[in-house]
Amino acid sequence: MDSAAIIDRLTGVVPGGAYEAGASIDFATLYVPADRLVETCRALRDTPSLRFNVLVEVTTADYLPRDPRFEVVYHLLSIPNRLRLRLKVRVGAAGSLPTIQAVWPSAGWLEREVWDMFGIVFDDHPDLRRLLMPEDWEGHPQRKDYPVQIRKAAQTYEPLEISEEEFKANLERDRIRRTH
Amino acid sequence: MAELRTETMTVNMGPQHPSTHGVLRLVLELDGEVITSARPTIGYLHTGIEKTAEQKKWQQVVPLVERMDYLAAQSNSLAYVLSVEKLLGLEMPQRVRDIRVLIAELQRIASHLIWLGTHAMEIGAVSMLFYAIRERELLLNINELLAGFRFFPSYFRIGGLREDLPRGFHEAVSAFLDRFPKKVDEYEALLSKNDIFMRRTQGVGVISHDEALAWGLLGPIARASGSDYDVRKYFPYCGYETYDFSVPTATEGDVYARYRVRMRELRESVRISRQAITRIPPAGAWACGDPRVVPPPKDKVYTEMEALIQHFLIYSQGFTVPAGDAYVPVEGPRGEHGVYVVSDGTNRPWRIKMRAPSFMAIQALPKLVEGGLIADVVAVIGSTDVVMGDCDR
Amino acid sequence: MAHREAHAHGLDPELPLITTTVEWIVQWARRSAIWPVQFGLACCAIEMMATAASRYDIARFGAEVFRGSPRQSDLMIVAGRLSRKMAPAMRRVYDQMPEPKWVISMGACASIGGVFDNYAIVQGVDQVVPVDVFVPGCPPRPESLIYGIVQLQQKIARSRA
Repeated sequence: MDSAAIIDRLTGVVPGGAYEAGASIDFATLYVPADRLVETCRALRDTPSLRFNVLVEVTTADYLPRDPRFEVVYHLLSIPNRLRLRLKVRVGAAGSLPTIQAVWPSAGWLEREVWDMFGIVFDDHPDLRRLLMPEDWEGHPQRKDYPVQIRKAAQTYEPLEISEEEFKANLERDRIRRTH
Repeated sequence: MAELRTETMTVNMGPQHPSTHGVLRLVLELDGEVITSARPTIGYLHTGIEKTAEQKKWQQVVPLVERMDYLAAQSNSLAYVLSVEKLLGLEMPQRVRDIRVLIAELQRIASHLIWLGTHAMEIGAVSMLFYAIRERELLLNINELLAGFRFFPSYFRIGGLREDLPRGFHEAVSAFLDRFPKKVDEYEALLSKNDIFMRRTQGVGVISHDEALAWGLLGPIARASGSDYDVRKYFPYCGYETYDFSVPTATEGDVYARYRVRMRELRESVRISRQAITRIPPAGAWACGDPRVVPPPKDKVYTEMEALIQHFLIYSQGFTVPAGDAYVPVEGPRGEHGVYVVSDGTNRPWRIKMRAPSFMAIQALPKLVEGGLIADVVAVIGSTDVVMGDCDR
Repeated sequence: MAHREAHAHGLDPELPLITTTVEWIVQWARRSAIWPVQFGLACCAIEMMATAASRYDIARFGAEVFRGSPRQSDLMIVAGRLSRKMAPAMRRVYDQMPEPKWVISMGACASIGGVFDNYAIVQGVDQVVPVDVFVPGCPPRPESLIYGIVQLQQKIARSRA
């Protein structure tokens, strides 16, 4: 089933979606507008002739001099119909995308990794924080304007997660509880 | 009377732990011994392979990609090489495809042996590790025949293989394949009907078929829950459609089912390897004929001028790959993995992204572990066969 | 005789006889039973497991058990690439080991960053812990690791208790 056939089926189900077929040499590729992403995914999962029941991957490519800069790529797999599909969404540097975690729960960490590495925000994501880099890291490493090699000393201590006043207050509270 | 304080206890299964298969951190909240919540933290082995690969030429990326999932090294490089060859539009001769199948299956056996050894060791059957590594040493000897290197031979290259098969390869592989099925019987005799093993693994870490697919778990985990998805059958590559093998499945979806599925996969891999080794002539084509991509044989390089120039160009400036993107998945020991390759027409990749089955497995780990006992965490992590290098890349 | 023995083992020959012999015995005991802590990070950890297995048995060199807890071990074999996120955890494990303790940096990634010269990998664990022996290789063969352990044993024999 090629991109044109999938677009036909989708335009019947999702109103107002402006899809375009993308060039590809391995399997069907569609460009999806960001505002129609969640309905498209739901339609792809639920329509009986499509039945894309597995989200295989969410990834991003940074085409820096071009605007919009990022292209978020979703790979889908339909086991009953033996189909693969690639969805692409163009996002600018300050753009954001809706999360598709409600459609496939496996998107949770995949989107978190995209945020961590590229800085693309996913709206309504329940847990958007660093996944692969340390929690207090600054910068999004896989962007094209981030250096590959950085000369920074390794941090060998973990910062205390409690302040000194809190610590003393806890001790005091426990002492009072023990003696009264 | 003082009230009984009931609160949950937070336990950190830290990054350094004997049973977490690498550096995985789990923060567990326990109510007695029952786990109420498990929060995994990954990233302790993040290596930035994908970003480093953007600085290397196409053929230099092969060793980097191999070190991602270090137990299934040749599967990783096979996935990368297939994707780039798709972009280049290269067709491999039949002998190259058969050799790739043989080495991929031997790699699957090697990876499952480490899985078996470490899984059983963590559950308590410590001697399994020694038996499994004993067999794996024979496979590493075969790797050493190919490239002089036990672990990461970098034998798969874009355009074919690195060089022709060495002398003694067929004998070594046949000797291994003759010896191995009896050893699998030995392992099963030790574990499959072992009462302690069965009680620790049956009914533990159950996941249903639809949940496994919704969480993106493909591979032995999904097959133990009733799916029959195997990339080798659904989207065959390297000529797998011409081989006669079956895909083992189970329906219970617990740790014991995954164990049985992987043990049967060991036997199926032996079956495929036997068919492959009979098809491979000892000498013949080891690469496609494309001169832009495949370096000429060394004796020609030393004697002919054109071969020297071709060798120099390939190794100094590399070859260019037409712009576009491709994703060719392969069935690795852990499930489907593939490399999404984006090219901009130059001699370096623009972006590569590796789909990591262990990443999805750890994301689903809270689902498998919550509600169970703390002693089952180790069994479940072992059964999902996670490799942190694969997860963190 | 004390002087000859002391010289042979590189110890200070000005020490009196009893202390030298006792020191020699103590160092012999320490180097003959070095128990590593399990600190396998990546691919080198699999080679470390192969070294501990029956073909290249590391127990013949004294490393009988790989302890799970750093508080019961003498040696930390850093096997694998150390990422920046893991560096504080590794320092904490090292600090928890009681004296005397030694560190073997196994593999190219632990020694100097290996193939991965990028933002995520610490370029050599000697930025985080003091290293006694560096074992090169990617991953080093089990024979290399055993050679590294033997070198460490000789280093312990040469040093003061």
